[in-house]
Amino acid sequence: MKAASFEYVRPDRLESAIAFLTEHGEEAKVIAGGQSLVPMLAFRLTAPRFLVDIGRISELRRVGIDADGIRLGALARWRDIERNEELHRANPLLVEAIRHVAHYQIRNRGTVGGSLAHADPAAEMPGIAITCDAKIVAAGKQGQRVIQAADFFTGPLSTVLQPDELIVEVRLPPWQSGRRWAFVEFARRRGDFALAGIALFYDTENGKACNARVGAIGVADTPVRLQAVEATINGNTITENVIRAAGAAAFESVDPSDDIHAPGDYRRALLQVLTERALSSAAKPG
Amino acid sequence: MSPRQIARFTVNGKAYEAAVEPRTTLADCLRHDLKLTGTHVGCEHGVCGACTIIADGEAVRSCLMFAVQADGMDITTVEGLSERDRLSPLQVSFRKHHAVQCGFCTAGILTTAHILLTEEPDAAADRIRDVLSGNICRCTGYVQIIDAVLDARAAYKARDSR
Repeated sequence: MKAASFEYVRPDRLESAIAFLTEHGEEAKVIAGGQSLVPMLAFRLTAPRFLVDIGRISELRRVGIDADGIRLGALARWRDIERNEELHRANPLLVEAIRHVAHYQIRNRGTVGGSLAHADPAAEMPGIAITCDAKIVAAGKQGQRVIQAADFFTGPLSTVLQPDELIVEVRLPPWQSGRRWAFVEFARRRGDFALAGIALFYDTENGKACNARVGAIGVADTPVRLQAVEATINGNTITENVIRAAGAAAFESVDPSDDIHAPGDYRRALLQVLTERALSSAAKPG
Repeated sequence: MSPRQIARFTVNGKAYEAAVEPRTTLADCLRHDLKLTGTHVGCEHGVCGACTIIADGEAVRSCLMFAVQADGMDITTVEGLSERDRLSPLQVSFRKHHAVQCGFCTAGILTTAHILLTEEPDAAADRIRDVLSGNICRCTGYVQIIDAVLDARAAYKARDSR
């Protein structure tokens, strides 16, 4: 339960962090809030030679909202998102999902960039990135590149980030006014990783739903977009029948494996119920 | 073993300089190097909340931080809550409501509740329950703990209006 030895470096500029990773990236881990990485170090699931602390690179802390949407610096913490009134208006789905992240103390240190790079398939932020079509900006020795969330996650705790790269920012597209949305997850204890969770939104035109986006967490190796569920929503008025069809489509869309937390069949049935609840809550007047 | 590095921070108003291996958690540094054993270490991987301390005015788990990361920070541990030998109003309330049984989780709950009431002196029972869901107590069933925190709100409100 004690981390293996490592050397600690704390660059105060992004360029110095990238320079260090360019030379030592293969043997290094980047630490931001450390709320996922420190437990992994304590369990010795990872034992890097170098720990590169980017926590003091203040330019990575910025949060911005404009006509192009939201930009969250990699070091934006759950606490910063929760307490930002403008973000509540700019993307209420993001804020509601973030309220489910872990506990009070963790939310004071956990970061957006850390969660995306850690890539836990049950984590909220990766699920929101997939659902909202986020763009993840990574910086490395070749400069910056923009990665679509759909291309970012490659498996449990795995991403396309290269050893010399780190996340600098995540961009979420603008939020349409009048958009219906919901985030629902189920965990056995408050603050635990969800056994399954669903994020969805859609716009309305002439009383019919359109532009539906549905994403699920905790039911596959990565967060997943459920296009079959979107198809049950688009073009329809949300009735009991549509809600049931959406749930059934969610059930058919996933095939989670068994693990110590829950059998796969349980997660699948749970996702069906959560999809029904989410859609019914999104459609509720008001 | 990696060479030791110097971390300088303030704990309960006093400046410290600790020469630590980078892998030393802040919790271990507080307990072993600074001999401040009020901070308890339960799970060592961020689940139980016993090691909660206040860093730059925010509740954090000291087992999920390395001491070198705390360099330059202003830290308060449970030892820093009481005013000299006098228990703080929150501590008095814990005693009054029998909100302590074995005491292992208490330091983490006191630091968490202290900062919660400092920021939100009007916190309702549901909010207190939500925040304390990050602190595991296996003795009390939480009822007295919630009562104690609710009852301590008056002292924080009075402090606010002073």
